[in-house]
Amino acid sequence: MKRGMNERIQSLREQSLTAVPRISMERALLVTEAYKKYSGKVSIPMLRALSFKDLCENKTICINDGELIVGERGTAPQATPTYPELCCHTLEDFQIMNDRKKISFKVDAKSRKIQEEAIIPYWQGKSIRNLIFEQMTDEWMDCYKAGIFTEFMEQRAPGHTVGDDKIYKKGFLDFKGEIEERIKELDFLNDPKAYDKQEQLRAMKISCDSIIKFAKRHAEKAEEMAKHENDPRRRKELNEIAKVCRYVPARAPRTFKEALQMYWFVHLSVITELNTWDAFCPGKLDQHLYPFYKEEIDDGTLTRQEAKELLECFWIKFNNQPAPPKVGITLEESGTYTDFCNINIGGIKPDGSDGVNEVSYILLEIIEEMRILQPSTNIQVSIKNPDHFIIKAAEVIREGMGFPSVFNTDAVVKELLNQGKTLEDARRGGTSGCVEVGCFGKEAFILTGYLNLVKVLEITLSNGVDPRTGKKIGIETDDVTKMESIDELLDAFSKQLHHFVDIKIRGNNVIERIYTKYMPAPFMSIIIDDCIEKAKDYNAGGARYNSRYIQAVGIGSITDSLSAIQYHVFDKKNISLEKLLHILEADFEGYKKERLLLLNKTPKYGNDDDYADDIMLKVFNIAHDEINERPTMSGDKYRIEMLPTTCHVYFGSVIGATPDGRKAGLPLSEGISPVQSADKNGPTAVIKSASKMDHLRTGGTLLNQKFTPQIVKGEEGLRNIKDLIRAYFKLDGHHIQFNIIDAHTLGQAQKNPEKYKNLIVRVAGYSDYFHNLSKDLQDEIINRTEHKSF
Amino acid sequence: MSHGTVFNIQKYSLHNGPGIRTTVFLKGCPLSCWWCHNPESRGMDSEILFIEDKCIACGDCERVCPSEAIKLTHKGIKLDKAKCILCGKCSESCPSEALEKIGRKMRAEEVMDEVKKDRVFYEESGGGVTFSGGEPLIQINFLENLLTLSKQMGIHTVVDTSGYSSWENIDRIKGNVDIFLYDIKHMDNEKHKKYIGIPNVLILENLKRLVRSGSRIWVRIPLIPGINDDFFNIARTCEYISSLRLKDLYILPYHNIAKEKYKRLGMKYKIPDAYSLEDKELREISKLFKNYGLNVKIGG
Repeated sequence: MKRGMNERIQSLREQSLTAVPRISMERALLVTEAYKKYSGKVSIPMLRALSFKDLCENKTICINDGELIVGERGTAPQATPTYPELCCHTLEDFQIMNDRKKISFKVDAKSRKIQEEAIIPYWQGKSIRNLIFEQMTDEWMDCYKAGIFTEFMEQRAPGHTVGDDKIYKKGFLDFKGEIEERIKELDFLNDPKAYDKQEQLRAMKISCDSIIKFAKRHAEKAEEMAKHENDPRRRKELNEIAKVCRYVPARAPRTFKEALQMYWFVHLSVITELNTWDAFCPGKLDQHLYPFYKEEIDDGTLTRQEAKELLECFWIKFNNQPAPPKVGITLEESGTYTDFCNINIGGIKPDGSDGVNEVSYILLEIIEEMRILQPSTNIQVSIKNPDHFIIKAAEVIREGMGFPSVFNTDAVVKELLNQGKTLEDARRGGTSGCVEVGCFGKEAFILTGYLNLVKVLEITLSNGVDPRTGKKIGIETDDVTKMESIDELLDAFSKQLHHFVDIKIRGNNVIERIYTKYMPAPFMSIIIDDCIEKAKDYNAGGARYNSRYIQAVGIGSITDSLSAIQYHVFDKKNISLEKLLHILEADFEGYKKERLLLLNKTPKYGNDDDYADDIMLKVFNIAHDEINERPTMSGDKYRIEMLPTTCHVYFGSVIGATPDGRKAGLPLSEGISPVQSADKNGPTAVIKSASKMDHLRTGGTLLNQKFTPQIVKGEEGLRNIKDLIRAYFKLDGHHIQFNIIDAHTLGQAQKNPEKYKNLIVRVAGYSDYFHNLSKDLQDEIINRTEHKSF
Repeated sequence: MSHGTVFNIQKYSLHNGPGIRTTVFLKGCPLSCWWCHNPESRGMDSEILFIEDKCIACGDCERVCPSEAIKLTHKGIKLDKAKCILCGKCSESCPSEALEKIGRKMRAEEVMDEVKKDRVFYEESGGGVTFSGGEPLIQINFLENLLTLSKQMGIHTVVDTSGYSSWENIDRIKGNVDIFLYDIKHMDNEKHKKYIGIPNVLILENLKRLVRSGSRIWVRIPLIPGINDDFFNIARTCEYISSLRLKDLYILPYHNIAKEKYKRLGMKYKIPDAYSLEDKELREISKLFKNYGLNVKIGG
């Protein structure tokens, strides 16, 4: 359905959707040349800044037909660079990327040759990935291979941050001025770090010039194109583009269009400098844009329709930049083209008042009309926001794409306050990536890796040994068959968890230092407070706040497994733990009856049944207490999050049969959602169960709910979604997302993917094309409980 | 009396009154509507339901049965109803959920503990609790108790009734009922006797008295093709409703999803050739109602 889009947008959208994701070697070549030129001659921050400068000065400038907001990361839409300084792909990696059925990137012969002859010879053994794996201990490697945890920074850089309003108020000449002032203040007589600070500040200053140069090259290109343009309308547009690019990002934007172009140059610069997780994000876009919108609407220099068209052009720019190719376990944990830029809509203003404005509603219209994967979007819902706003968002949610997701802003603020942020900084915060909270423009909130709670239980049940490999990677916590209560078992679990979290964090601390030393991000540091003030890089703890997260996976599966043990082994004495372990080892072969008993006759999480929910709470508290408040390298704290992206599928694949009746290798529960089909009391019971966990002590939780389309029909259906959201948020729920689709449609889409090319569904924290998901993930989504109405 | 027999507590119930509700189904019904969706709700006592295709013939039910009422045969299980003491041990132990005990003795407080759990949703959505059946008035003491407790907790109450009860019973509870969902199934007394099993005189009389007493009422008409959807009956229904100055009317379109249940219960489903109503026909019929100035909604 094309509906509201005009011809320009339709054709740009078509270009974005039909272009094939492919590898572009330009960046790798330019960075390699820069390293050859400067490495060893300048400080590391300067090396990074000069590499960025060379990229801005030499990369191909691309202006697509008809577009009004310009700039591509690669040479064309979907042309995706690599970052050999982080991860130097082998030729085999390239082959796999090219050949794999899902999330593939085409690699042509020329690119392969460049990789072989120019990139690999320089970077082999030198990339951050090499450094990290060399530095990790044997026990870390054992855990990593066993699927106890994953590691986010092994091939992508920290990022996980979001922009605030400063780039709409200051240009890069202003930032450069601030940096120069800061350099003048350096105290070389008393401050032993003065030189390091100077190098960092000089690197940031060069980066200011580089982005301005990058924009200027776009202006020149637009002027050049205008000269040869026959269509007078387009010629005028190109000349306007040139004017805009000569003004921003050097200076603060004056108009709606300049504001969008300003952001886009910043976005491109962040993702050109490094391959940052979650790309970058404008955060509270509606609030940032509204002053420009209001002024121009009042002055009559912009119409609502024109604003919408510009925003639609802007939207397509995100979709043109797929997440750079991932390999290995990182691909398993995050198997998608989506790069998790997650725009916040609505919520509250820094003074605490209702933040919904006309641009919020325009953004909702755009999501519905555009129907593209990127950017991700969410609404921030506060008790101060009008119901009308939620109803309007529910109209979009009802379309079934899983956009926008829904966050509890009041809870987000409390979570940030609980982490020690000031009230105003907390209100300026929001959610990014999948569900994680952070202070926009002021925080490096880094996801460090997923933690497999269910695997830790499996290892506890076999006294420290991984049953899949027979290797002892845990500690000896005693023979569980001698245990007499669930608390004894939980105590052993808690000790195993402590052992594994120690290993994970030891690794994290080394990796963080590797980035601090070798991979500063001077450009990104300009726009995150207080890097300039501290003269310290983003990757060295320069941001005002520096949360580190560990994301726990499988709370539903582990709860139901422990509930099964408590109920059948300890309470009802239906079965001995010894026998149960034997049945699990046999993957239920020959134990159909026992499996049914575990599946059907066990209190399960997600039914508002305290029997199971109390266990959930115990596990959550153990994991929370294990992770939260551990110190980070940059003087902040570790915190827990409850989200999986696609990791629940990978984590399930490394675990044998579990006591909840799950067969070996199948996916785990996702986020804090119940095990697929274990929730039988409807969505209100799920919400009640999920809210027994104290969300306010986390950095984010993820709850998915699947509804049949019929349930949300009509005005009453919309009100119904709104009421569920409001009720969950009253209970301090952090996030809820709806898949409005029936299992039958999904089944059809699995059988006839070519007929359902456009089917977008919610996965876990993001949406994706159904046909792009692995078969396991497709099955997992089909098996989720489908709420009907009664 | 604070005990009653409940056959289901349905959360997130969206079609039995306003908002998000919990519907408590009380067991027992004096009616025998041909289309009844909950035939297992008619009897006053609990029942054991056997779902053959789920049975894995493990024999656990036979082993746990204290009264030797169950025999495992090569064709599944045989339940001797005469010997069964309805203890429910078989269904509790059945791993494949092939045996299900319909109807559970519960204390009113126990029911309310469950109802109370979703209070946040009632408050957010303007919902509450709905007592349905069976015919809830058949357990009048239990129902009265439940309604009193609901009101003490400040929970909005709906009673879904056929109206087939003594006026004294209705009079006893009406003060604690925020909305009555009141079914009118057929205006013709003979047909009412045939399809519903009882005459309609008391039902229509009670409705009149309930209206006069000032209670809030939503009339509901289960629309059954070939039984009560003819023009003549619809016109009479409308006239009756209009004469009572009632405004809100809900049409519950027929569907045959209950057919399978009858088979499992070993009961005969008497609407053999029934068809689902097409949306178009439904719209036509609702137009008829609207012509009488009624606010017609389709579905609960």
